Amino acid sequence: MRIEVKGLTHVYSEGMPFETVALEDVNFVLEPGSFTGLIGHTGSGKSTLIQHLNGLLRPMEGAVIVDGVNIADKSDAARALRRKIGLVFQYPEHQLFEETVLKDVCFGPKNLGCTQDECEERALHALSLVGLDGKAFQDRSPFGLSGGEKRRVAIAGVLAMEPDVLILDEPTAGLDPAGHRSILDMVRQIKRERDLSILLVTHNMDDVARLADHVLVMQSGRLVMEGTPLEIFSEDAKLQTLGLSLPQATRLMNMLAERGCDVRTDILTLQEAEEEIVRAFI
Amino acid sequence: MAIKDITLGQYFPGESIVHRLDPRTKILGTFVFLVTLFLVNRFAGFALSAAFIAGVIALSGVPVKFMIRGLRPILFLIVFSTILNLFVTAGTPIVQFGPLTITEEGVYRAAFMALRLMLLIFGSSLLTLVTKPITLTDGIERLMSPLNIVKLPSHELAMMMTIALRFIPTLLDETDKIMKAQTARGADFESGNLFRRAKGLIPLLVPLFVSAFRIAGDLAMAMEARCYRGGKGRTRMNGMAFSGRDAGALCVLVAYFAATIYLRTMGG
Repeated sequence: MRIEVKGLTHVYSEGMPFETVALEDVNFVLEPGSFTGLIGHTGSGKSTLIQHLNGLLRPMEGAVIVDGVNIADKSDAARALRRKIGLVFQYPEHQLFEETVLKDVCFGPKNLGCTQDECEERALHALSLVGLDGKAFQDRSPFGLSGGEKRRVAIAGVLAMEPDVLILDEPTAGLDPAGHRSILDMVRQIKRERDLSILLVTHNMDDVARLADHVLVMQSGRLVMEGTPLEIFSEDAKLQTLGLSLPQATRLMNMLAERGCDVRTDILTLQEAEEEIVRAFI
Repeated sequence: MAIKDITLGQYFPGESIVHRLDPRTKILGTFVFLVTLFLVNRFAGFALSAAFIAGVIALSGVPVKFMIRGLRPILFLIVFSTILNLFVTAGTPIVQFGPLTITEEGVYRAAFMALRLMLLIFGSSLLTLVTKPITLTDGIERLMSPLNIVKLPSHELAMMMTIALRFIPTLLDETDKIMKAQTARGADFESGNLFRRAKGLIPLLVPLFVSAFRIAGDLAMAMEARCYRGGKGRTRMNGMAFSGRDAGALCVLVAYFAATIYLRTMGG
């Protein structure tokens, strides 16, 4: 599934004293099978942008074109496409409502019109994708789970709709380091198994460096930078002015280079940094 | 989303003379204005009320567009009462459509009610538009404090009101978020018959209640952590004081009230 965003503009409370331009002339393409990182300061328009991608918000100007169809259309084709774009909101566990985990995960497929058996089959599969044992969890109340488990159940609720594109808005917010790591490992695993494209909204540069193959940077409703992680993270000065930073490994290598060490600075992950340091010093 | 259109209870930031009046003056003023709307018995009275509220709106700097937008949620009520009054009032017929008759008195009364409703909304929404919720409840608390003698817990009531007002936007935001999250999972809040729609609200209401309880718990904890123990012996950082402005405003108010009474009792 190819998502093309063209000249997207959105203004909140137009004509009111609180009028704010949330998006202004945003253009980019999400290629099928890509893993895109979306970064930007709080309030830069990231959340507004992703709500356009599955039709929750309608563009005031511009369009979101998925496989040649404008998804704001009222046609059945556009409706079907919107359902192929799964959106996981921030703190998705706040949307849980059913009596049991299984029923909650079934909510999405049921709305798609699946039969009961089909729903349960999809739900159990989705639970296994997020690393939960369906048999052990299916009859428990979602409100009695731990924070990390709740989040997994909520993500399973979106995965059970079998999207072709998965959009995650800060899926690791408020989790401890172990939970953080395991959620992202899970995302990576899902991408490998289901071959979907992923858009990850995050504040964590290390995650972007480690996972993404394409990066979008937003500021004040505009798309200000776009490229591969290496391209983006080679522009330290520009990122600083946007209130963003480098991945830790890149920063370390930059500092070493500044002090006169002969090391490469096109390093993104801890592992690459380790190898480069070993090469340069030992 | 229609949720965002509700102006009742919203604050419109500003530094106008109306904004700076003592909250007690504003509450009293609003109360008197609302009372006069029910005292008015002919159009001249409404002209006076309209002129009064228009003057206050102009002074406050709240855009007229904003005020009119506040009418939208009760538009149905206005139209409904107008139609009802037009057709069911007995009197001298002017136009006849089959069994339906529009009478002279009907037209008169319909216009009367519509005007009254609109002015009511203008008057009551203006109070919250020009007064911060916290200041407003402080004013209410002070106005109610004489009732402490009859064991009415005015501070606790005012605190409850403050909290309720404070959480309207928070809960609206929360509703909006949960609605979007469930819509993204294919929930449909807008179609189907009444029963289906009511059932469709469960995925919205359950998480909303859970959030409300979570927020309430957090708030109680935060208040306790700052040693809140009710109104006894509590003092204020920003005391309230009547000023020259308030004296002026009260004079205008009395003059307006007297004029309304005059219009009601004279020429009748």
